[in-house]
Amino acid sequence: MEDRVLRLDNQAHIKQAGLHQRLILITIFLSLVLGLSACLGDANQSSMAMQSEHQSLEGGDSERGQQLLYDYGCGSCHTIPGVPGANTYVGPPLNEWSQRHYIAGSLPNTPENLITWIQNPQQIEPGTAMPILGVNEQEARHMSAYLYSLGN
Amino acid sequence: MQTTQFLTPMPLPLQINPPYSLDPRGPGAAHIADLWWIMFFLGTAIFLLVAGLMFFGLFGRQDQSAPNEQQGLRWIMLGGIVMPAIVLLVVFGITIRSAVLNANEVGTGEITVEVVGHRWWWEVHYPEHSVVTANEIHLPVGVPVEFILRSNDVIHSFWVPQLGGKMDLIPGRQNTLILQADEAGIYRGECAEFCGLQHARMHFMVIAHTTEEFEQWIESQQAVAVQPQGELARRGEQVFISAGCVYCHTIDGLDDGAVDRSDSDLGPNLTHLASRTTIAAGTLENNRGNLSGWIANPHGIKPGVLMPATLLPGEDLQALVTYLETLQ
Repeated sequence: MEDRVLRLDNQAHIKQAGLHQRLILITIFLSLVLGLSACLGDANQSSMAMQSEHQSLEGGDSERGQQLLYDYGCGSCHTIPGVPGANTYVGPPLNEWSQRHYIAGSLPNTPENLITWIQNPQQIEPGTAMPILGVNEQEARHMSAYLYSLGN
Repeated sequence: MQTTQFLTPMPLPLQINPPYSLDPRGPGAAHIADLWWIMFFLGTAIFLLVAGLMFFGLFGRQDQSAPNEQQGLRWIMLGGIVMPAIVLLVVFGITIRSAVLNANEVGTGEITVEVVGHRWWWEVHYPEHSVVTANEIHLPVGVPVEFILRSNDVIHSFWVPQLGGKMDLIPGRQNTLILQADEAGIYRGECAEFCGLQHARMHFMVIAHTTEEFEQWIESQQAVAVQPQGELARRGEQVFISAGCVYCHTIDGLDDGAVDRSDSDLGPNLTHLASRTTIAAGTLENNRGNLSGWIANPHGIKPGVLMPATLLPGEDLQALVTYLETLQ
């Protein structure tokens, strides 16, 4: 009989201790989640900012862009995932493009800048080896739409 | 990522007919296609016969009596010796007939085209017209053309599946092949003998047009290059000479200071480069982007190619490409 009481008592203790531990664990967990979500929130915000800018690429069709990148021969100099034959390293590889911050080492990587660069790289960096291919604004928009889909 | 990219097949730059030998467009290929179908149906019949006999042997009525050796021997003699001999003789006869028919129908060539195989491109001469080009062969429709086939290095094989059979290009020898296109169109040709690293990117095109169009083309190809207009193109002309392109590539009409390239060019004649639809032996569409990348580093596109990479300053590369684009 006494044994049993003791055991019950013990169990209560254990239960109590368990509750304490669980509370501590929950607190740690919550703070972790909050901390992480704060970090993620930052990342989300920046990628959302980028995305909203990408969406300002009105009329940019990434599938057509992919085809145009092939048609204009971009793949003869650049590695571009998803573009057949585009695995050369004459110019910079364009994989994970949406994570790049600068175009040609100086121009901030915004859609408008990219569209300008694709159409007329000589204007931004005179003497660059990248040729003017006669890409029009709409085509450059499609190409940009595809490039920004890389690395998202 | 690297592996998948490596495995992505490089599509051909043009929407041209796949080289499908069962879609013949000339007498040579038509006979070969007929022969193929005869052999296909013959093979199917024999397969069905053998399969039927096997089926009968496995599931047919069981004969409990002792095997008759005489009968077994007869089966082996008939099925293993007599029948194959007949089939082979028939196929042999039809093959000879196709060859004779082809020779009679096509006759002798009215135009001569010399094709020299190189690693990995095709040098094309029209000796009667003094025209030199590369990787593109223009023909008039309905006219038998005699191809004189030589090689500059290793054995290649000249094959236009829709127009005829294959013929090897053997160093030190000269082979001939007569082809005729019955319909206007663009027919893809391939190297059909393994010849090294870029064997698979050694394409060419046969462009068959009306006699009139063909003559126009010949005339346009006979013209020599003139000094380009525009400052950038003129600078490109100088780059072509100073960067050393001129030691392997001929541009007729260019004052290159009498460079000696001996009797055979190392690289394609570029006098009318801009009039061609592809570069790098049918590997890339001939446009400014591809031309720039190809000149900067051809090894990124065709690893092992004999053309060296260049380290031209960006502006010189621009100028050179601008100049090459004037070579209509």
